[in-house]
Amino acid sequence: MSWYLTLPLMTPFVVSVLAFLARRNGAGRWIAVAGSLVGVALSLLLMAQILRDGVVVGQMADWPAPYGITLAADLLSGIMVLLTAIAGLAVTLYATAEIDAELEGLGFFAVLQLLLGGVTGAFLTGDLFNLYVWFEVLLISSFGLLVMGGTREQIDGAVKYVTLNLVSTIVFLCGLGLLYGATGTLNMADLRGAVDASDQQGLITVLAMFFLLAFGMKAAMFPLFFWLPASYHTPTSTVSAIFAGLLSKVGVYSLLRAFTLIFDNDVGYTHTLLLWIAALTMIAGILGALAQTDMRRVLSYQIISSIGFLLMGLALFTPLAIAGAVFYLVHNIIVKVNLFLVAGVAERLTGSSQMARMGGLYKSAPLFGVLFLVPAFALAGFPPLPGFWAKVLLVSAALEVEAWLLVAIALAVSLLTIWSLMIVWIRVFWTPHPDGIEPKLSDLGEDRLPLLLPIAGLGILAIGIGLFPQGLVLLSQGVADQLLNPQAYVDAVLGTNQ
Amino acid sequence: METLLAITIGCLVAAAVYLMLARDMLRFLFGLTLISNAVNLAIFASGRITVGGVPPLVPDGEKYPVGDVANALPQALILTAIVIGFGLFAFSLVLAMRAYSALGTLDTDAMRLSEADDEKGDAA
Repeated sequence: MSWYLTLPLMTPFVVSVLAFLARRNGAGRWIAVAGSLVGVALSLLLMAQILRDGVVVGQMADWPAPYGITLAADLLSGIMVLLTAIAGLAVTLYATAEIDAELEGLGFFAVLQLLLGGVTGAFLTGDLFNLYVWFEVLLISSFGLLVMGGTREQIDGAVKYVTLNLVSTIVFLCGLGLLYGATGTLNMADLRGAVDASDQQGLITVLAMFFLLAFGMKAAMFPLFFWLPASYHTPTSTVSAIFAGLLSKVGVYSLLRAFTLIFDNDVGYTHTLLLWIAALTMIAGILGALAQTDMRRVLSYQIISSIGFLLMGLALFTPLAIAGAVFYLVHNIIVKVNLFLVAGVAERLTGSSQMARMGGLYKSAPLFGVLFLVPAFALAGFPPLPGFWAKVLLVSAALEVEAWLLVAIALAVSLLTIWSLMIVWIRVFWTPHPDGIEPKLSDLGEDRLPLLLPIAGLGILAIGIGLFPQGLVLLSQGVADQLLNPQAYVDAVLGTNQ
Repeated sequence: METLLAITIGCLVAAAVYLMLARDMLRFLFGLTLISNAVNLAIFASGRITVGGVPPLVPDGEKYPVGDVANALPQALILTAIVIGFGLFAFSLVLAMRAYSALGTLDTDAMRLSEADDEKGDAA
């Protein structure tokens, strides 16, 4: 059943072409919604297969690894593909109400599907060079989405986003080429053995730093995150939401993959460095969030502090910590997409995303207040929402290795996260609107359903995970087990057991 | 041959870094193309240079190429990287043009629109 891996990968590209062809008559958006539904179904099937058979591997055109193009899906890939599909469905549905006919005519839905395809490809590939290619696919689509609409702010944000991401791809490419020179292979499973066998361990650690720099820039880790808050709040809310949910997470996924499968020879150096970076990322992100006056920029800076929590899980490098990072990853994608969609509706109701120009939402739309509070509390880590369980796992993992300072930082940052969300709550929901308008949900008209359905759906998903965390905890532990003992993955890809 | 390539790559990177440190976005982009070409050469060199080798073609009646053959994989990688790099460079040039017409400047220090920190409302 290895051909199955191509289905969730090819679907977005096929849908993209169809949506592009139908972009002028208004049918493109519904093709995109239908395609996203199919994507969710396909990734659920893929997940079921991974749970049944373990690592699913596909060798394109039957060229055996490490010579051919390999697609491989272990539990982590499966979860990420599923989350991509869910986030894609939510924002596509939201976009049907936000994106006007002009943007659709420019191919908005087609490019959005290309982005989802690129992200899915990055999660499924088993080859570092293909990872580079998928990075480029998602990058060029994200460039397109970022500038679509062409306001001055968007262009200004895009300049920073584009240039810094180009630098990171060049660093990635350079690391890739040198790693090939040092080991003679680029297949990730094959690299594991080749890196272990290399007699130049110092060089391997230097190369690991190339990848840390490249992936870390994508993941917006300290001190390489400045492109993120400069650009994420400028495009349409749909684009902000999907960027916030998925793009920096692709960087985190790549770090998780590379620093468990390939570069785990000098953990004392690489992962200690990661630990410092994680702590600084958390602090820098949350301090930035507290200083902002624009709702979407507050949320953007909070992404950075979340990245810190994810890196912390990877850096501690124990089964519990990795499981915590995976749990946090799942929760964070759902919650961040949700928060940015809420911010989009709030902007539409009040007419601005500057918090000084917003307000009065709780009085006139209390139900909408609840829709904000669910992801906000989840992000802050209130029980029984999923953020709480994720932080319990991460903090107990840090306690286990007696990293007291890290625990203190993580808890302080959580507290500051609550503070920054309280600022948003007070200024956007509690204080009356400066112009005295009372924004009601009924003002949204017939857009109400497509705008609020994804928000409510993601909220319910978050509550569901929070109330019944056992399944996801077990799954995360399974992921941690696979990542820390990658022999099964290596055997499955290289076919050494058959 | 490797020494020559290493010196070339070094010069390219030095020039690229000099250009990329400039405030002018266009200079930055030129630096970016230079450094991506330097990286392409680095991949080429790390795939080992074959002096006096032949293309990796399989002669009639054989199953494998015979003798010293050039490594074809780095060349394929570089070809892919060149194509992708060209596309991205074209995009960034157009973006620079749009930035100039929309913002009236290419000085990156003056591009503060998306990060305006006042509370006067949307800068746009």
